[in-house]
Amino acid sequence: MVAVILGLPEKEWFASGHSACSGCGMAISFRHILKAAGENTIVVMGTGCGEVVSTAYPLTSWKHAAIHNAFENTASTASGIESALKMLGKKTKILIISGDGGCFDIGFGALSGMLERGHNICYVCYDNGAYANTGVQRSGATPKYANTTTTPVGDLVKGKVQWGKPLPFIVAAHKIPYVATANPAYPLDLYNKVKKGLETKGPAYVQVFSVCVPGWGTDTSKTIEISKLSFETCFYPLFEIVDGKLNLKKVNNKKPLEDFFKLQSRFKHLLKPENKNLFEEVKEKVSVGWRELLSNNGQKIC
Amino acid sequence: MDTHIVEHLAKLINDGKMKCEMIHVESEHSAMSACVGACATGVRTFTATSSQGLALMNEILFVASGMRLPIVMAVANRALSAPINIWADHSDTMSERDSGWIQIYVESAQEAYDSIFQMYRICEDKKVLLPGMVCLDGFTLSHVHEPVEELQNVSDFLPDYNPLFKLDPKKPMTFGPIGYPSMYMETKKQQNEAMMGSLELIKETNSLFKKKFGRGYGDGVIDTYKTKDADNILICLGTVAGTAREVVDELRESGGKVGLLRLRCFRPFPKEEIINACKNAKKIKVIDRAVSFGIAGPVFIEVRYALFKQEINVQGFIAGLGGRDITKDHIKKAFKEEKGRWLL
Repeated sequence: MVAVILGLPEKEWFASGHSACSGCGMAISFRHILKAAGENTIVVMGTGCGEVVSTAYPLTSWKHAAIHNAFENTASTASGIESALKMLGKKTKILIISGDGGCFDIGFGALSGMLERGHNICYVCYDNGAYANTGVQRSGATPKYANTTTTPVGDLVKGKVQWGKPLPFIVAAHKIPYVATANPAYPLDLYNKVKKGLETKGPAYVQVFSVCVPGWGTDTSKTIEISKLSFETCFYPLFEIVDGKLNLKKVNNKKPLEDFFKLQSRFKHLLKPENKNLFEEVKEKVSVGWRELLSNNGQKIC
Repeated sequence: MDTHIVEHLAKLINDGKMKCEMIHVESEHSAMSACVGACATGVRTFTATSSQGLALMNEILFVASGMRLPIVMAVANRALSAPINIWADHSDTMSERDSGWIQIYVESAQEAYDSIFQMYRICEDKKVLLPGMVCLDGFTLSHVHEPVEELQNVSDFLPDYNPLFKLDPKKPMTFGPIGYPSMYMETKKQQNEAMMGSLELIKETNSLFKKKFGRGYGDGVIDTYKTKDADNILICLGTVAGTAREVVDELRESGGKVGLLRLRCFRPFPKEEIINACKNAKKIKVIDRAVSFGIAGPVFIEVRYALFKQEINVQGFIAGLGGRDITKDHIKKAFKEEKGRWLL
């Protein structure tokens, strides 16, 4: 008998005592993700905050059998584990936990290879939109105009000049059975999506919106509020793509994008009057993106 | 991925002759990463690569040895770009001499085959637990076909792999944690001790192999030819030893007291064995198929280090880079000349 709170198992798999920042979105998500992983799972983590805060030898926060290899190779390491388990005749689940740098950028080739080969692995990317662990440098996931240490807001250039990479759709284009986005403000939804990803036969990908308190310049008490706003402003839509079919989580009372931006210093320059055109550009992009998702909802998109 | 080795393995697997899972990775970096994952899960793991592929693996070679995973890899030694060149030399594996992998350089296809079995036995020994590469000259060995006698009843020599630690949900452990400055150095010291300690085991394994299968390769770490009374000894790695043996015979016919020392094991470095084999020599000539830019050939540097207390004149020659043939004439020059140089 498993005790259940709000539909989530009581047993904790991510031990306390780790050194993540107060209010870390990633650490909150880890609790739910690892509950979804449950028994009989091997976890593969990439170099990054998730690994650094949790594996200071001789201590570990991982109650699962867990391995860290390097930054960009969670997908290939897990591919090796899956093949070894096949040799051993074991039916153990495999969960990857990687940051966006290791997933969108330097681990992209390895991720694509894993998807193409069709390994039975659930890949979870915690997306804090930067190489947060190494000092908040921009990544392929960083949103346009965000302030990072390598895309500082200057007199001439106002933060990152490119849009973030639409990775869930690129992953879905590999025609894998399950892709989803999730958010710790909706723990049951996050839990269910990871569980579904792990139960799916073949590769699955779940991308989790993760507030980075020092990287984004947010208040430690506002992590869940910001996470909620990312969804309610349609900035970070929540959806599933099951066998190519889009299933979008509807937003009922759409909130203004300003509400989301004003809680993060990485975006605060966008709310200044002189940068109104930049703000409008982002707003338009978010709105077009959302309309596109709405019009494709329930349909096969890849 | 390399040439005939993985192609042949793929055929064996697809014909049902070898119980094995093959992962068709998208890069060599991923190949080594997958090996780390598979080996940590508790299965015997193998890959093969060459030149640029090995260079791409570089980062994870250090992870494999640091995590003490006994992965075995065949490397067809080939040159590194630029200029791009696909032919034989030792630049690729020499660049990885500090990666914490045992390195054995072979002279024949038979030795390459036999050394894979030996390497597993060495690497998986609980006192060693290191990965190892069997280095075979590109093209000269990797792209020729020569008859190889297959081993029978190998399981006495190489029993099933039974690792001390593995990724197992029933006994969860964290692999690959952070080592802070307070403990990182201790792990590296242990790694070095394991590597140093493996030298005797490599010799023992060669003797045991010889006893069981009737074939051996020198004492396992060096392979000498007519060195006992030689005052002029040539040291080299790999297939060039075959040509050198002929040259030794020819020069001996005309009264030259010459000999050959083929270095089979480069990591760990068989320092005492070299000192012992060269103790009566006056001159040592080292042929390197790689160069450490700005100083000299890597084998030469280390041989000179090994012999620095002896009154022996050690000279280094760079030859056979990027598939340039090393001819008898080159070897004769090396024996004859007083000063090391590039043999173009």
